[in-house]
Amino acid sequence: MSTVVPPLPYRVVDSRAETGDTRSIELVPAGEGLAPFSPGQFAMIYAFGVGDVPVSVSSLRGGHGGLVHTVRAVGAVSTALYRLRPGDTVGLSGPYGTGWDLGAAAGHDVLVIAGGIGLAPLRPVVHAVLDRRDAYGRLAVLAGARTPADLLYRDEIGSWRDAARAEVTVDRPGPGWRGAVGVVTTLLDHLDLRPGRTRALVCGPEVMMRHTARDLVARGLAPHHVQVSLERNMRCATGHCGHCQLGPLLLCRDGPVVGYDRVAHLLLVREL
Amino acid sequence: MTADADVNAARPPGPDGLVMGKDGLAALVDVLIRRGFTVVGPTARDGAIVLAELTSADELPYGWGVELEAGRYRLRERSDGAAFAHAAGPQSWKSFLHPSRVREWSADRVEGELVLTADRGTPPRYAFLGVRPCDLRAIAVQDRVLTGGAYRDPGYEGRRSGALLIVVECTEPGATCFCASMGTGPAAGPGHDLVMTEVADARGHRFWVRSGSREGAEILAELPTRPADAETRETARAGVTAAADRMGRSMPEADLRELMAGTLDAPRWDDVAGRCLTCGNCTMVCPTCFCTTTEDVTDLTGDHAERWRLWDSCFDLDFSNLHGGPVRASARSRYRQWMTHKLGTWYDQFGSSGCVGCGRCIVWCPVGIDITEEAAALHDWTRPERPDPEPS
Amino acid sequence: MTLQPVPATDPRPTLAVWKFASCDGCQLTLLDCEDELLGLTERVRIDHFLEMTPAEGADGGRARLEGRGPYDLSLVEGSITTAEDAERIRHVRRVSRYLVTIGACATAGGIQALRNFADVDDFLAAVYARPEYISTLATSTPISAHVPVDFELRGCPIDRGQLLEVVTAHLAGRKPRIPGHSVCFECKRRGTTCVTVAHGTPCLGPVTHAGCGALCPAYGRGCYGCFGPSDKPDLRSMVAQLRRDGMSERDIQRVFRTFNAASPEYAPVPELAAEERRDPPAEGS
Repeated sequence: MSTVVPPLPYRVVDSRAETGDTRSIELVPAGEGLAPFSPGQFAMIYAFGVGDVPVSVSSLRGGHGGLVHTVRAVGAVSTALYRLRPGDTVGLSGPYGTGWDLGAAAGHDVLVIAGGIGLAPLRPVVHAVLDRRDAYGRLAVLAGARTPADLLYRDEIGSWRDAARAEVTVDRPGPGWRGAVGVVTTLLDHLDLRPGRTRALVCGPEVMMRHTARDLVARGLAPHHVQVSLERNMRCATGHCGHCQLGPLLLCRDGPVVGYDRVAHLLLVREL
Repeated sequence: MTADADVNAARPPGPDGLVMGKDGLAALVDVLIRRGFTVVGPTARDGAIVLAELTSADELPYGWGVELEAGRYRLRERSDGAAFAHAAGPQSWKSFLHPSRVREWSADRVEGELVLTADRGTPPRYAFLGVRPCDLRAIAVQDRVLTGGAYRDPGYEGRRSGALLIVVECTEPGATCFCASMGTGPAAGPGHDLVMTEVADARGHRFWVRSGSREGAEILAELPTRPADAETRETARAGVTAAADRMGRSMPEADLRELMAGTLDAPRWDDVAGRCLTCGNCTMVCPTCFCTTTEDVTDLTGDHAERWRLWDSCFDLDFSNLHGGPVRASARSRYRQWMTHKLGTWYDQFGSSGCVGCGRCIVWCPVGIDITEEAAALHDWTRPERPDPEPS
Repeated sequence: MTLQPVPATDPRPTLAVWKFASCDGCQLTLLDCEDELLGLTERVRIDHFLEMTPAEGADGGRARLEGRGPYDLSLVEGSITTAEDAERIRHVRRVSRYLVTIGACATAGGIQALRNFADVDDFLAAVYARPEYISTLATSTPISAHVPVDFELRGCPIDRGQLLEVVTAHLAGRKPRIPGHSVCFECKRRGTTCVTVAHGTPCLGPVTHAGCGALCPAYGRGCYGCFGPSDKPDLRSMVAQLRRDGMSERDIQRVFRTFNAASPEYAPVPELAAEERRDPPAEGS
C-alpha cells in the first residue's frame, strides 16, 4: 500500500511533433523519480495551474532515457502538455493501472491492433517484443487512423517491418495515399492469423475496440486472449474518486488494460 | 448500591457494562473535551437534527424525535426527554472524515522550478458522539474505500485514525430506515470505542454503556456510572430488538448484487428517470458515497496553484465526461449508475454493499424517490410472473 | 483610476468590459473585487471599461463607447434589445479574441425578456407618455443569439468569485471551474439542511445552475433560480414537486418568469404547470 502524494516534478527533455495535433514529450525526473512503468500503464501528468490528465506511457526508452508520453491536444490540459518544450517542468505521478499482460503473450503470436492515438500505449509493447524477439512468435501491428496525416510514428513503423508485419489503414485517404483504406479490422482479412496461437492487444476508440474484439473472437480467438485498454474519466487514478467506473470495474485500478472476457458484456450496455 | 462511591475507579466494565444517567452524558462531553477531542454530536438546528461541534451535553437534542418519509423530514417533540431518539439526519460523519472540500497539495513556480507541496495540516482529534449503528458501518465502508486499497488517502487516514466513535444503538427507527434488512443495525456492530443504549422510562433516563476499546474503557472509567442492573440491560436490549421489527422500509429478499447486474435493461429505469431531478442530493447525503472531483485553482500572480478535492456526484453530467461528451448523459443511466453501484458493483469493487440502510437518500430526495421501492420494482420485474414482460 | 496610454511593449493581455441592456450590477462585480483588483491590473490591461472611465466630450465618449480593440478578453453584460445593440455586439465580437457573457441579461435575456411573452407595444403604451420616442426590439435576447460566445457566466448578479475564476482560468489557460450541476450540490457541500425536505419550502435548487454558493437556502429561503437552469434540468418533476409544496399553477409559472425567463429550458413550464392542474399528484407525505 502506498499513500497518495503530490506529483513529482519532471523535466521535459524532448518534444516532438507526431501529427498536426499530437506531440510526444520525453520526461526525466527533476529530483526523485517514480517507480518504473510497464507498457500499458499510465501517469497523471500535471500542467502547472491547468490540471492533470491520465496519459499512457508511449515509450519506456526515450532518446534521453526518459519516459515518453504522446498527447493529443483536445482539452485545456492536453493542450498545455502539447505546448511544453524542453526545459519546462510538469508534475508526474504513477505508474497507475494494470498494463498489458506481456507474460501471457510470451511464446505466442502477438497481434497489436491500434486505432488513432491508441497506438501510443501499444508502442512499448512493440518495443518489448522487438527487444526479446525470440520470446514471442509472429508479431503483427495493424494501425488505423482517420487520415494519412493522423498516422502516428510513421517512420518508426517502417523500421518495425524488419522484424514484424506492420500494416496501416486510413478512413479518408488523401492524394498520393497508396495504402489501405477502411477500418482497421479490414487488415485482418490479409493476415495469416493463427487464432489458437495468437494473443491480441487492442487500443483505440471504444467503438473500434468493441468491433475489433468481436471480430477477433469470430475469427477464433478466445475472449481472454484479447486485451483491450479502456478509457473513462479519471480524476485521481488511485481508486478514490469513483469517476472511472465501468460497472464492477474501477478502470484506474482494474484497468485500463483488461481481458475482453471481463468486459464484453459491459461494453454492450449503453451508457454504463 | 455502592456504584456511586466507585465512580472514578478504573474498573473494567465487563460484558454487563455500566449504567449512567444524564449526568454521565454531561460528564462524557466534558471528559472528551478535557482530553483534547473535538466533540461532534447531534443537535437540533434549522428544523433538523444536525451534526455539529458540541461544547456541552446541553446541546444534545433532548426531547426531539423525527418524523421521516420519502422527501420529508420533520422534528417532533417527545415527552421522554430522550437525547438519541432520532434516526439519521441530513448529514453523516463523512462531513467530518471525508469533508466536502479539502486542499490536497499546492504547486509553486519558484525560480523556474516547480515545487509541489502536500497539504499536511494536523487534523482535529474527533470524538463522534451518537453514531448510529448504520453509520458505524458506513464509516467502515468508507475506510475500505479510502484506505483499504493499493493507495491510502492520507487526509482521510489522518482524520479517521484519531477519531473516537461513541455509538448509540437505535431504539427509534424512522419510517425510512431499513438497517435491519441490510444487516447493519439497529444493534451496534464492531469498531466502536463506546456503545450506549438509551432508556427513558418511568424508572428514569439512563444509558447502558459498554466499552469497545481500551481508550473507551479509560474514558468510561472517568464517568459517574454504576454496574448495569439486569432490568436496565433487559429494557435496553428489548428496545433494540423491538426497533428491528419497527423499520419502516426493507430491501427485497434477494441477492441485490445479482439483482442489479441482471436488470440493467429493465424498463423501471425509465420510470425512475421520469421522476429523478438528477440534483445529486441522494449521493451527497449518503454516508458511504465517496466520489470526488478535483479543482485546480490559480491565483492572480500565476505562480501559485492549488489542487482541491470536492465532493462530486455521479448525477453530475460532467462526472463521466470524456473528450466527446458524457458517457452517462441520460437521467436513466445516471440513476442506474448510482443505484447499481450502491447495491451491486460495490461488492465487486470493495467487497461489501455500499448501502447501510440509513434511509437518508429516501428522506432527502426532494421528490421522494425510494431506493427500497426501486429495488422491489426491479425484483418484481425479474420474477417469472412479472407483470410487464419484455419481449426477447 | 484612469486608463493611461500604455507602451506598445506591454505584455499584459487586454481586457474590455461591455454593457448592453442591463443594470450594471454584473460589471460592477469587477469593481467589487477590491482585494484582487490591483493584482488583476498587474496581469491584464483594462483597456475598455466605461464604469471606471471619466466622462468625456461627445466625440471622445463615442470612441470610448465603441472601443477599437483588439481585446484578448471581453466581458459582456446585458441583453440585446435594440437594433443598434444588435449591430454593436457584432463589433464587440470582431474586436474580441475571447468573449465571455456575464449575468442573466447577457446569458438569457434578463428580466427584460418578459417582453418576449407579451406585446412590446402594449408595454410601451402603458409605460411611456410618448411611446413613439422609444425605438426597441420586440424581444430581449441573450448575446449568444447574435454572436458566438466563448463562455457564459450565469447569475443575477454574477458571483464575484466566479468572475475572478473565469479571468484567472483564462490567464492560466485552463477551463474555468464553473460546474453546471444543481444548487443542491452547493447546499450539501456547505451543510445546509434542505429547506424543501425539512420545512416544506418550495425551492428551485434542484433545477438551478450552481454558482451562488447556495445563498438563499442558507438563510432558510427557497432558491428562486437567479442563476438559471442547470445542465439538463428535469422541469417536469420539478413542477410536480412545487405543486406538492403548495404552489399554485400561477405561482409556478411566475417563479420561472424572472431573471432567466427566456431560458429555453423553461419553455415547457406553463404547459407542465397546467398539466399538474389537470392531473393533481398524489399527496406524497
